[in-house]
Amino acid sequence: MDNVRVIEVKRSIFESNDQDADKLRGELRQSKTFLLNLMSSPGSGKTTTLKRTIETLKDKYRIGVMEADIDSDVDAKAIAELGVKSIQLHTGGMCHLDADMTRQGIKELDVSDVDFAILENVGNLVCPAEFDTGSTKNAMILSVPEGHDKPLKYPLMFSICDVVLINKMDVAPYFDFDLEKCKEYILMRNPKAKIIPICAKTGEGIEAWAAWLSEQIDEAIK
Amino acid sequence: MHELGVVFHIIDDLTEVGKENDIEKIHSVTLQLGEVSGVVPELLTDAWKWAAAKTELMNGAELIIETLPAVTYCEDCKTEYETVKHGKICPNCGSEHTYLLKGNEFMIKEISAT
Repeated sequence: MDNVRVIEVKRSIFESNDQDADKLRGELRQSKTFLLNLMSSPGSGKTTTLKRTIETLKDKYRIGVMEADIDSDVDAKAIAELGVKSIQLHTGGMCHLDADMTRQGIKELDVSDVDFAILENVGNLVCPAEFDTGSTKNAMILSVPEGHDKPLKYPLMFSICDVVLINKMDVAPYFDFDLEKCKEYILMRNPKAKIIPICAKTGEGIEAWAAWLSEQIDEAIK
Repeated sequence: MHELGVVFHIIDDLTEVGKENDIEKIHSVTLQLGEVSGVVPELLTDAWKWAAAKTELMNGAELIIETLPAVTYCEDCKTEYETVKHGKICPNCGSEHTYLLKGNEFMIKEISAT
């Protein structure tokens, strides 16, 4: 081992991904595509919420969906039945998507005719929060049965989200779910977060959610 | 939880560093890991051994992990305290209005190479 050199690297592990994500955001801006990164725990009602969202907005925008759930053949079919473009992303067993994987997905989806692209991230509240995908906005779904103290347990996820949907509001009376406490905990981590209580099953709050989305999409594609 | 994914990022970064510095072989890699970075050092080391062995540049390179302490700041009583010991609630005044000052770092500090 002659001439061993010590080289200072001083580089954050997330730095290269962060730079790549910024680059992708710029590319999406250029192609006038709004990309929503949708995150949640498994079983929070992500696909049902997605279906509602698509039904509400598909006449207004050209929508494309990237499904990254590990076992989501069923989900992909349900989305395809709505008549919007959808692809399955292969995460290779990975617990999150990074900017490079998202770029590959965007390429495969072909966003030249898509205004509103949705990335359904892997169902997980830890890893997806650490890796910027390059999305225009980050959204997460917290469902009532998960409990109102979830923002305390997964602070990073809540701190990076632009909008938090509180889903399954119809079953709130059966759980000790304190909506006001939940809002307080979310705002403690992220004072800028927009919070919208919904029920994807009954349609409650979907109008407010669609209005928020429309505002963001119009801004991104104008 | 995502140790393997993180290792792939390290390998990509170091491949780049290797090219920039005209390196043939990396012998060791020193990381700086905050106490609350969410990465488990043992799992990271295992993932590293497995993934580094697949590259010519990093095969057999030792992974050295330096741990950096986590410190939280309380906005109400303006004090700092050890995050791992006390968590989110300030031990000095009981406030919840606290935030992490440092401890979630995840850096490649340096490498030794020929």
